[in-house]
Amino acid sequence: MMERSAVPGKERVLYVYRGDDYQGEEVAYRVPVVPGMVVLDALHFIQAHEAPDLAVRWNCKAAHCGSCSGEINGEPRLFCKTRLDAYGSLDIHVHPLRTFPIIRDLVSDVSWNYERAEELVPGFRPAEPPPFHLQQWEVDRVEEFHRCIECFLCQDVCHVLREHGLFGQYWGPQLMVRIAELEMHPMDTASRTDLLHSAAGVGLCNVTHCCTDVCPEGIEITHDAIIPLKERVADQHYDPIAAWLRRLRRPQPTSP
Amino acid sequence: MPSSVRAASATASPTRYWPPWAQSVTTLVVFSAFVLYSFGVVVFERTGQYHNYLSPFFSPPLGQWLGIPFAPAVLVAWIPLLFRGTCYYYRREYYHAFAADPFTCGAPERPERAYTGERAWPWVVSNWHRYWWYLAAIVLLFLWKDTVSAFIFQGQFGVGVGSVIMLGNVVLLTAYTLSCHAFRHLIGGSRDCFACPRGIEAVRPPVRFRWWQRISRWNRHHGRWAWASMMSVWATDVYIRLLLAHIIPDVRLLK
Ligand code: SF4
Ligand code: SF4
Ligand code: FES
Ligand code: FES
Repeated sequence: MMERSAVPGKERVLYVYRGDDYQGEEVAYRVPVVPGMVVLDALHFIQAHEAPDLAVRWNCKAAHCGSCSGEINGEPRLFCKTRLDAYGSLDIHVHPLRTFPIIRDLVSDVSWNYERAEELVPGFRPAEPPPFHLQQWEVDRVEEFHRCIECFLCQDVCHVLREHGLFGQYWGPQLMVRIAELEMHPMDTASRTDLLHSAAGVGLCNVTHCCTDVCPEGIEITHDAIIPLKERVADQHYDPIAAWLRRLRRPQPTSP
Repeated sequence: MPSSVRAASATASPTRYWPPWAQSVTTLVVFSAFVLYSFGVVVFERTGQYHNYLSPFFSPPLGQWLGIPFAPAVLVAWIPLLFRGTCYYYRREYYHAFAADPFTCGAPERPERAYTGERAWPWVVSNWHRYWWYLAAIVLLFLWKDTVSAFIFQGQFGVGVGSVIMLGNVVLLTAYTLSCHAFRHLIGGSRDCFACPRGIEAVRPPVRFRWWQRISRWNRHHGRWAWASMMSVWATDVYIRLLLAHIIPDVRLLK
């Protein structure tokens, strides 16, 4: 393959956040433009030529690992999936995720999300041991959720966390996707509606759709995960007729 | 989080053609206008009937059945009000536009203000959306009945501009009602496994799955149906009101 080279004389300025959670500022860097260049390429150029100590997290450079999340011009995006030429003549401001504590420069500490994932009980409780024998159409629904790359862009934009800081009350859209994946699995037998109603706090989401708008995997977070989960919580906690019907059904013996 | 680390303005984005506030401002203006208009019609108008045409605000004519002379539409209007007011799509729009929670995605809010989402009064009522769906579905049946009447002129089949408008309106309202998230849940969303315990033997998906899939497809566009049906209700009432005021004649397309 031919090496792509810089367009002669064409440069772009990137305003990159340098600092930590307590103080920091934007620093301007000049980068020669290469056709098809993404923001992560530009950051690598800066690391190689101007600021070897610039902290940025990345692994795959192919929108698969979810490491290179940040905010470009205030919008949560993957650095490796955002092309410079998409910005035309606009300035480009590169910041870390700001809903989570900034460790340094473009790296935020997202461990809060993994801690919540550990608290997700009950976990997967299949009716029979895998492998499962199911038709593809039956598993399509949960496969949408498998696409999640844990980039946490949705967590970053969710106003419940970002603006209201209710980390103790709501787990955020990414964990709703994770819960939906278990809860709607055709073979799963456990119920997580109580968890959703209490600690995971799905009631704090006001379905404003911002998470879905930023998801780089195109997961319909609100339509396919959060709203169906809210409906399941409504079944259990807000619907007296459904509760009555459940009570009618309960006395009948169930097959072992 | 420290406020010193405010990200740059979100308006300079390659992903949006319109600035991010355009949608919220549109919602603010159009919803307000619609609410004011509906309030005026429901409270101050005594009838929505022009020969065989009936305005959707006045259906079913409960006031007429009960012989209530003033503001007869009030008796029914609370159903669509609560139905749309607790609709997931309308919630999304008015939380953005009216409550600024958030006004645009990623926009700063006043974090010191207590936020309880849909867990506390008043927004907790949204959790009963399904009940308003049941009632709205009944009203929808009456609207279909009215639409049939709109094609019958003195016992004869006919088509007027008003008949076409009413048909369009009821079709859009049906699309809006059937693409509802609560209905999607009712029709199949509450199930985890559609073909269990047949598993792999179930080559052809069961009826319930196929309906859930169909409703899911319509549900993708629920927001569009919400806007379109709101506009069509508005247009239908305006049309009938213009007829009632003798400002325009009803053009008969087919006798
Ligand atoms: S829809 Fe809910 S989870 Fe998604 S960003 Fe909005 S409040 Fe957060
Ligand atoms: S749901 Fe989408 S935005 Fe959220 S973490 Fe997963 S891939 Fe990222
Ligand atoms: S580097 Fe893996 S998603 Fe960007
Ligand atoms: S969600 Fe919109 S009508 Fe039910």
